[in-house]
Amino acid sequence: MSVTGRSWALHLGLLAVLFALQFVLPAYHHGNLARIMVLASYAIGYNILFGYTGLLSLGHALFFAAGMYGMGLGVTHAGLSPAMALLAGVVAGAAVSFLLALLALRTSGVAFMIVTLMFAQAGYLAILYFGTWTRGDEGFIIASADRILWGLDLSDPTNRYFAAFALFAVCLVISLRLVRRPFGRTLIAIRENEERVRMLGYDTYAHKLGAMVISGTISAAAGAAYGILFGYVGASFAAVPHSILPLLYVLLGGAGTILGPFVGALFMFYLIDLASGITTAHMLIAGVALVLLTLFAPQGLMGELRRRLWRGLP
Amino acid sequence: MDLGPYLLLATLEGSVTAAVLALTAVGLSLVFGVMRVVNIAHGEFFMLGAVIAWVLTQWIAAHPAIGFAVALLVAPVLVGAIAVAADVTILKRLDYDPERTIVATIGLLYIIQQVTLMTYGPEARPVEPPFNSRLAIPWVQWGEDGLAMYWPWGLSTTSYKLAVIGAAAAILCGVWAMMTRTRVGLVMRATQADRDMALAFGIPVERVYAMVFGIGAGLAAMAAVLIVPIQQAHYLMGADPLLLSFIVVIIGGLGSLPGTVVAAILIGLSDGIISVFFSPTLAKILATLLVGLVLVFRPQGLFGTRGA
Repeated sequence: MSVTGRSWALHLGLLAVLFALQFVLPAYHHGNLARIMVLASYAIGYNILFGYTGLLSLGHALFFAAGMYGMGLGVTHAGLSPAMALLAGVVAGAAVSFLLALLALRTSGVAFMIVTLMFAQAGYLAILYFGTWTRGDEGFIIASADRILWGLDLSDPTNRYFAAFALFAVCLVISLRLVRRPFGRTLIAIRENEERVRMLGYDTYAHKLGAMVISGTISAAAGAAYGILFGYVGASFAAVPHSILPLLYVLLGGAGTILGPFVGALFMFYLIDLASGITTAHMLIAGVALVLLTLFAPQGLMGELRRRLWRGLP
Repeated sequence: MDLGPYLLLATLEGSVTAAVLALTAVGLSLVFGVMRVVNIAHGEFFMLGAVIAWVLTQWIAAHPAIGFAVALLVAPVLVGAIAVAADVTILKRLDYDPERTIVATIGLLYIIQQVTLMTYGPEARPVEPPFNSRLAIPWVQWGEDGLAMYWPWGLSTTSYKLAVIGAAAAILCGVWAMMTRTRVGLVMRATQADRDMALAFGIPVERVYAMVFGIGAGLAAMAAVLIVPIQQAHYLMGADPLLLSFIVVIIGGLGSLPGTVVAAILIGLSDGIISVFFSPTLAKILATLLVGLVLVFRPQGLFGTRGA
């Protein structure tokens, strides 16, 4: 089988397993997996920018929140239908990521990280400031009447699982297609050596802009989906720790691999879930994981797998 | 009371913020300038300073002033030692790579915060100031019988707040003297200017880095000990100083100490004034947006020169 065939087999196989798990998992893990798939979609969005383009953003919570609040405010204040509200969330994410990209891509390296961090923080503070509409820290609940999409009640666990699965499958296939096309290959080349890519005549700015908008839009779609699937919109999803979360997932799973975000989200979620039986120190685990990863395994789980076993792993 | 006295009060409060901020930000700026490391855990060193000050003052059952004096000396040293340990075990092994050190210091932030929560607890606890007499502030107004001085009700400050401003100024002068007048400062400046050349001349660069990281953290801790009688010690208190120090360091020009101090005064005062007249959240939104835009359009900072 060709390399392309093998990689399609791997990814479609994973999707098939996730689809089949719906029928066998006990209720608790069933709910967890739905959440993990949405968070993994967020991490897939992050990975396009960080893993494939090599731009370390510390402000992705802004995009997640743009999707979440675009959807939530659309449903509660603008009276949009749930489907239109989801679309509004995605469009809001695309617009915000485009605007931030215009500004942030003028910088590079450490300045890029700080610029994204600062604008995301300004966005978070703005959510607190306009508390009249956003209800600030407290957040608001999406009424169950607003969570029915094309006749499917998304508060029902089975429907929720399939909605999360559909989102994850679409994001996975998009990212898999993306890195195989010339556009995606150019992004990887920019990560490796931007100067040389520019010398070869590529417009690196336009490519980075595209990567940031795609990345932000996928993150926003995950945010909008999270809001509607779990029925809650809150400012903590816009705060700095929520920008660190996808970084952690991607680093753990392996930056620049298609499956890395999912593997990282799955591991981290269950690591914290299992440890919370012993201690409540989620952050300690996250912190130790970050330090150990940067020290000993900067390539993450899938990255190590690619280095040792399968060089063609996308 | 009309606008003037309010403005004076806001300026005074802003000056206290500015004084503490200048100390914290100079620590961050020193670390960035010499080591090229963006230390996200800087706010947690600040928080550790405040928490250690509380523990020490509880432990020493004497006059509050004695406990406070001990805390002012011991807390920065302890925090500095923790920072040196973090540098040797983590940052050194990452070879001070800018991006990886950011990720590692984020991890460090979470670890310090969680360990503090697990040992010290979630409560906010006050430290008693060594002295704290109320000083009323006079205000001059044009009245019926000409210019008259009167004492508006509620317009006052405390002797401790004035002392904080004085102490911060003194410590900053000390840092400046160390950087420009001593051999240690010379070695630090040499390392900042050209790491490889310093290494070639036999300067133990890794020891200098560990020392700078320790001093930077110590300055943050010192600022925290000064503020803790005004603002209580709490395990989440590091976030605001971190954000504001970032703003100050960037606006002042990365790695420039005089720029950092000027920017701290600017940001501290405007934060005080906007917070009093509008809302603290609005002040922070404006400041963060300003930083983003400064970095985008003037990466060398408002007071920096390109290539410096």
